[in-house]
Amino acid sequence: MNIANLFRIAYRALLRNKLRAFLTMLGIIIGVAAVIAMVAIGQGSKQSIHDQLSSMGTNMLTVQPASNLPGGVRIAGTSFQTLTIKDIVALKNHPQYITDISPSVTSRGQAINGPLNWPTSITGVAPEYLNIRKLSVKDGIVFTDNDVLTSAKVCLIGQTVVDNLFPNGENPIGKVIRFGHIPFQIIGILSPKGFNTFGQDQDDILLAPYTTVQKRILATIYYSNIYASATSEDMTDQAMAEITEKLRATHRLRDSEDNDFTVRSQQELIATLSSTSGLLTVLLTVVAGISLVIGGIGIMNIMYVSVTERTKEIGLRMSIGARGKDIMMQFLLEAILISITGGIIGVVLGFISTWVVTATLGWPTIISESSVALSFFVCAITGIFFGYYPAQKAAKLDPIEALRYE
Amino acid sequence: MSSNALEIRELKREFVMGSETVRALKGISFTVEPGEFLTIMGSSGSGKTTLLNILGCLDKPTMGDYLLDGVDVKKLNRDELAQLRNHKIGFVFQAYNLLARTSALENVELPLLYNKDIGPGERRDRAMEALKAVKLDNRFDHMPNQLSGGQQQRVAIARALVNQPVMILADEATGNLDSRTSYEIMALMQELNVNQGKTIVFVTHEPDIAAFSSRTIQLRDGIIQKDTKNENRKSAKEMLANLPATDDYNI
Repeated sequence: MNIANLFRIAYRALLRNKLRAFLTMLGIIIGVAAVIAMVAIGQGSKQSIHDQLSSMGTNMLTVQPASNLPGGVRIAGTSFQTLTIKDIVALKNHPQYITDISPSVTSRGQAINGPLNWPTSITGVAPEYLNIRKLSVKDGIVFTDNDVLTSAKVCLIGQTVVDNLFPNGENPIGKVIRFGHIPFQIIGILSPKGFNTFGQDQDDILLAPYTTVQKRILATIYYSNIYASATSEDMTDQAMAEITEKLRATHRLRDSEDNDFTVRSQQELIATLSSTSGLLTVLLTVVAGISLVIGGIGIMNIMYVSVTERTKEIGLRMSIGARGKDIMMQFLLEAILISITGGIIGVVLGFISTWVVTATLGWPTIISESSVALSFFVCAITGIFFGYYPAQKAAKLDPIEALRYE
Repeated sequence: MSSNALEIRELKREFVMGSETVRALKGISFTVEPGEFLTIMGSSGSGKTTLLNILGCLDKPTMGDYLLDGVDVKKLNRDELAQLRNHKIGFVFQAYNLLARTSALENVELPLLYNKDIGPGERRDRAMEALKAVKLDNRFDHMPNQLSGGQQQRVAIARALVNQPVMILADEATGNLDSRTSYEIMALMQELNVNQGKTIVFVTHEPDIAAFSSRTIQLRDGIIQKDTKNENRKSAKEMLANLPATDDYNI
């Protein structure tokens, strides 16, 4: 029996009952289309969640001074003074996994504008700090490396500070305020970020060049923190290792000595990110699985009914010379043709419905090639798997019984 | 011996129904020579259908031998029987058994689709040839529901002819037809038998159909009651001509 003839037989048998074939396909069509659309929506929202989380600075690393004394009374790490300009120089020397680096020094105090004052803190940083923390300037400009070199008395202020020092809506840009005794000219206003997860107001902030804060307010050569960005969120671990290695070298620590600093990453954010995407993947796999099983059961159902309904036809085919395996192949090929055709229609429908979702609801969607390929092939395989039993039932019919079947 | 179209020796067929054994055929022997037109008659329960199934290679005897065109059916398995049916037997059924929503030509092509030695071109040619032989060469693309009962049965006969079988096996082939159409079918059968030398085995319970054949075997209770050569064979064509012409049946 050659396969071309069997194919022709199966094809003609399907054409003979287009509605039945279509109804059988329906499960597969909906299954494939649903998988493609769901995965596209899932990927789209995953991407947008990812983008949102990244905007919070998932690749940010913080270096804090710490105690490396093994005994005695332990003192809070932040009160140690180990981070200096040497560390910055070392980190900036051929960085591999780090991009932006900024020291930071903080001092609490009173910001004063004429009769108005507001208790806040001033943070001395490098211009790169805005990149690291994903801050941006709403109005005005950011101070420059030159301002850092000259310890310029300029500052950027957050929205909370603006609201408290300029309650009447005047433009703060260019105005001079005092922090303690030191006058600062406001050159920019930071875009509001709101409260963080710990309830801290991220807009209650005053940024100035770190040299200014070090020299004019604190009179210190030490930094309270160093902030850095890993090249990407995936490179966080490597970046941490690189920082540790370089700082140990500049601090001349022996192998036996503990670090006199700690490096921290945004593990919580990263964990949130991966758990979100993990949850989506599981959800989509379940949806895909359910729809494919339903599609497969649909095929099996209709193929079973079809075998019973076509008993007489099977009897006739057997009487004129079809062998059991010919009948089996015919029904199997019918199932395969149904699932492949259904798969193709499903792919098209999946693309269309994805497009409709984006166009009408404005949801971000990303059609992934792997979901198209996977759902298509799984459907074809489901067709074969679920088509096998009805086909075998047909093949085992007794021609005499089948011919007499009414 | 092998010049016989079919040869049956001491054929027995028993069915086990629970604890009972039903002996449907109790030892039958006969031979059919090429070109014979044999009718097998018998009332229900005579073993007629059992014999037909065995002759059609759909069933195998419990005991005894059945040689179809020199091939011992007993030695064949299920698949080989199917091939034998495909190559050597043409079935004509009472209910026509045409595939619905399938053109006459495709219905006739069907047996050849299960024969891997025949290509698409030859398949089509032979199907057209067979339909011409039953005078339906203007009905190639008609679906069964666009054909009358007699025409459908002629398509079925064409389907039985298309594989050039050793024997045409008809099972009550006129049972669903009125007498005029029955005569038309019998006239066609006779023509195939006389002019083209086709061997025909026709199972029926109608005596007037048997009158058109060259030989009649009468079965009763699983044995051959009578095996008679039909000396004055009637011509279906003449019978047809003698039927009163009815106005509403003219083409």
